[in-house]
Amino acid sequence: MSAEQAAALGVSYPPLQTYSEEEGMMRDAVNKFAQERLAPFVSKMDENSLMDPEVIKSLFEQGLMGIEIDPEYGGTGSTFFSSILVIEELAKVDASVAVLCDIQNTLINTLFTKLGTAAQKERYLSRLSTDMVGSFCLSEAESGSDAFSLKTRADKHGDYYVINGSKMWISNAEQAGVFLVMANVDPSAGHRGITCFIVDRDTEGLQIGKKENKLGLRASSTCPLNLDNIKVPEKNVLGQIGHGYKYAIGMLNEGRIGIAAQMLGLAQGCFDQAVPYTRQRVQFGKRIFDFQAMQHQIAHVATQIEAARLLTYNAARLKEAGRPFIKEACMAKYFTSEVATLTTSKCIEWMGGVGFTKDYPVEKYYRDCKIGTIYEGTTNIQLSTMAKFIDKEYDH
Amino acid sequence: MSRVLVGVKRVIDYAVKIRVKPDQSGVVTDGVKHSMNPFCEIAVEEAVKLKEKKFIKEVVAVSCGPSQVTETIRTALAMGCDRGIHVEVSGKDYEAMGPLQISKIFAALAKKEEASLVILGKQAIDDDCNQTGQMTAALLDWPQGTFASEVTIDGETVKVVREIDGGLETIKISMPAVLTADLRLNTPRYATLPNIMKAKKKKIANMKPADLGVDMVSRVEVLRVDEPPTRLAGVKVETVDDLVAKLKANGTI
Repeated sequence: MSAEQAAALGVSYPPLQTYSEEEGMMRDAVNKFAQERLAPFVSKMDENSLMDPEVIKSLFEQGLMGIEIDPEYGGTGSTFFSSILVIEELAKVDASVAVLCDIQNTLINTLFTKLGTAAQKERYLSRLSTDMVGSFCLSEAESGSDAFSLKTRADKHGDYYVINGSKMWISNAEQAGVFLVMANVDPSAGHRGITCFIVDRDTEGLQIGKKENKLGLRASSTCPLNLDNIKVPEKNVLGQIGHGYKYAIGMLNEGRIGIAAQMLGLAQGCFDQAVPYTRQRVQFGKRIFDFQAMQHQIAHVATQIEAARLLTYNAARLKEAGRPFIKEACMAKYFTSEVATLTTSKCIEWMGGVGFTKDYPVEKYYRDCKIGTIYEGTTNIQLSTMAKFIDKEYDH
Repeated sequence: MSRVLVGVKRVIDYAVKIRVKPDQSGVVTDGVKHSMNPFCEIAVEEAVKLKEKKFIKEVVAVSCGPSQVTETIRTALAMGCDRGIHVEVSGKDYEAMGPLQISKIFAALAKKEEASLVILGKQAIDDDCNQTGQMTAALLDWPQGTFASEVTIDGETVKVVREIDGGLETIKISMPAVLTADLRLNTPRYATLPNIMKAKKKKIANMKPADLGVDMVSRVEVLRVDEPPTRLAGVKVETVDDLVAKLKANGTI
């Protein structure tokens, strides 16, 4: 039953897993696309640590890179929840493709849409929805969780800035045409000097380093960046000077829900591969699924995934409703990344020896999930953030 | 310029494991995933392609059934059809609905909409009838190009390459005509997200078979539906000689 049908029947509080007709159609379309078109590329991209350009092209062609961008800029003009569903469906097939789509939609596109001047939107949004990938550059070698202690400087010279510094762990860097670089225009002001700069790929002095050789999410390029006296015109400041830290926090609060969707899809995709095996594999004269110990483990994991889904969907709906959602977003990201870890580990065990080989897909899910508890806010950061909210709740 | 009618049927998804109802009156459909019949997807793709090549002006997607079939029509709209027609059929009429009733509906609509082409899938994957296209053509007294693996429009005629048992047969028929799509005709596009959004604004008209002067009475009654016999286990043999001996022993050779 769609949300529209529920409303027509006077059902005021439909279950969380109720989608509008549009959301349902999008989810089905992306599910089909991912399972049929993307799946054949996954193994090779993981092995070669390289995202196939055909895959990226097809993401743009399907309208998956500009989900919330206004149609006047070539986007799909849909909602945040649609993005969440898209990321989940992509992650069921490949978490690397999902993260590319997630960063583009929840970080890059959102920053431009919310903060861009008419000229900036004109210049970048239509490219972001049709053929250009973006990267978000905040972390540095010396500043991960302590993001605002970043050292990259931007010095003003008349009508342009000269940016010096280096960034680390930048996703999509190999493919990006535009980089949103967080640099400090006034270190004496601490984090209140952090400013967001739009840096085009072909800017002189911008060097994209060799990508990391990672345990998982291998098809997603993660590179260091070197900014060597790069000149960025004043008109390339996104939003206001010194407000970069606010924008970063704001976007990461939302991006968190996107990562939750990615981990959720990953867990579900892995589970969907492992359970059919347990229904086929026979030992001691019966399906291994029929042993009570297996049933209990499988049911436990299924419950965790369901809970993770409800946390993720609820956080997304809260955000869409304009209600406070930060604590819930933290909970969703924290919980789903832990569930992904549990699920993938168990799935390998359920599949026994074959689960441990690269001939079967579950070991890739196991490797891919680990970054979930680390990036876009480590688990410890999420927990501390939640604790701050809980503390305030008891202030009377 | 011309208008094409495309039929789209909502069927149980091809990947679902079918189960027979305990009362053997049919298969279980409640709570089961449904999608557009794969051959209908190919028909829609062909119609949209013809429109993109500017041979035709408008593609109208038609489906017969209860309210759920509007989802199938919306998918056709998201693939590029311009508008939809939902012919409401529900309850007993829907359960008994078959190629004869559908072809009467399509024949009536083809006349009403002044269509130059009616494109259907060659058959549905639930009943495998492979009759609707042929019956529709007969009712309209139009030429038919069935099992099409290639369609080329040339002025007022259509060249159709048909897949037949012996190979491929090429025919030339005049429009208006009925075509049915076979597997290799094309590869259906995925509905892109922007097209799904655009499809929301496209119109779906509602009507009943009676509005088209069609009586839905079925001349066919399903007596019983059975599962296929369970597949017996095979036997493994060690050598080719053993294999030949076994095949001789059970009378196969």
